[in-house]
Amino acid sequence: MHTFLLSKIEVGSHFYVNFNESAHLHGETIFVSSVVVALISLLLIVGTSNLKRVPEGLQNVLEVIYELVKGIAFTQLGPSFYAQFLPFVATVFLFVLGSNWAGALIPWKLIEIPQGELGAPTNDINTTACLAILTSVTYFFAGFKIKGLGYFGRYIKPSVFLLPINIIEDFTKPLSLNFRLFGNIVADELTVSVLCSLVPILIPVPIMVLGLFASSIQALIFSTLAAAYIAEVIE
Amino acid sequence: MVDSLVAAASVIGAAVAVGFAGIGPGIGQGNAAGQAVEGIARQPEAEGKIRGTLLLSFAFMEALTIYGLVVALSLLFANPFVG
Repeated sequence: MHTFLLSKIEVGSHFYVNFNESAHLHGETIFVSSVVVALISLLLIVGTSNLKRVPEGLQNVLEVIYELVKGIAFTQLGPSFYAQFLPFVATVFLFVLGSNWAGALIPWKLIEIPQGELGAPTNDINTTACLAILTSVTYFFAGFKIKGLGYFGRYIKPSVFLLPINIIEDFTKPLSLNFRLFGNIVADELTVSVLCSLVPILIPVPIMVLGLFASSIQALIFSTLAAAYIAEVIE
Repeated sequence: MVDSLVAAASVIGAAVAVGFAGIGPGIGQGNAAGQAVEGIARQPEAEGKIRGTLLLSFAFMEALTIYGLVVALSLLFANPFVG
């Protein structure tokens, strides 16, 4: 197919790293998400290495973040279950927030790669699909662990004829989680790049700030929904 | 010939997808914002809580527009119908 581009904007082009003949990796997504994971781990390890009773500096920041994710898990899951699922919710929140902000805050344009460009890992649908499927697996696991086989009773509540809808819901939940995050990040980066190709100086900055705000809200929503889906099956 | 027809239809489809997807959430967000302003006017001390809930529900409504955008983007950049 001959592509005809009005401006130099491409969506969905990746730097393919061939793993073997049938499998390839998206190099830029894996690189940026490893950087994000490394940065977050470094921040957490350095911040919690020297805990004091009266917090100062980095420990203050980390305590605020902890209170935030604990609040998300606590309001959805309640006092008796939140501690079990706090690690998952917190991991999802930090990774999504880190990836969204890494795409906007780190000047990746300075690094040239042969194909595609470096950006937020969440603008690749594989990353968000993986996060959404992890959420699904977690709530299945939570349901089985806490309710045993009684978990399947959920499918015929409140009435038997809702069975198909309940089964479809298991598929639409990860799908909507996936598209929500992916679409928001792609829309954000696309808006910024369209504006940059029109007016390269100063005009895109407010949109970039709006994008930072929107992507932090998306991280909040993703983790809130993950916690809410878990809460739904264990209540 | 068939290819250019598919391309033209895809571009129109993408525009229609984004355009119509914007209508519903626009009305919804307007409603929500209006109700939130009313709530703040009646009870100014609850502003923080109202704002938080409003932003969260805005993001949910925006997701619907974003679905339209995803359809439009896949029609434009990853069209499954072009051979």
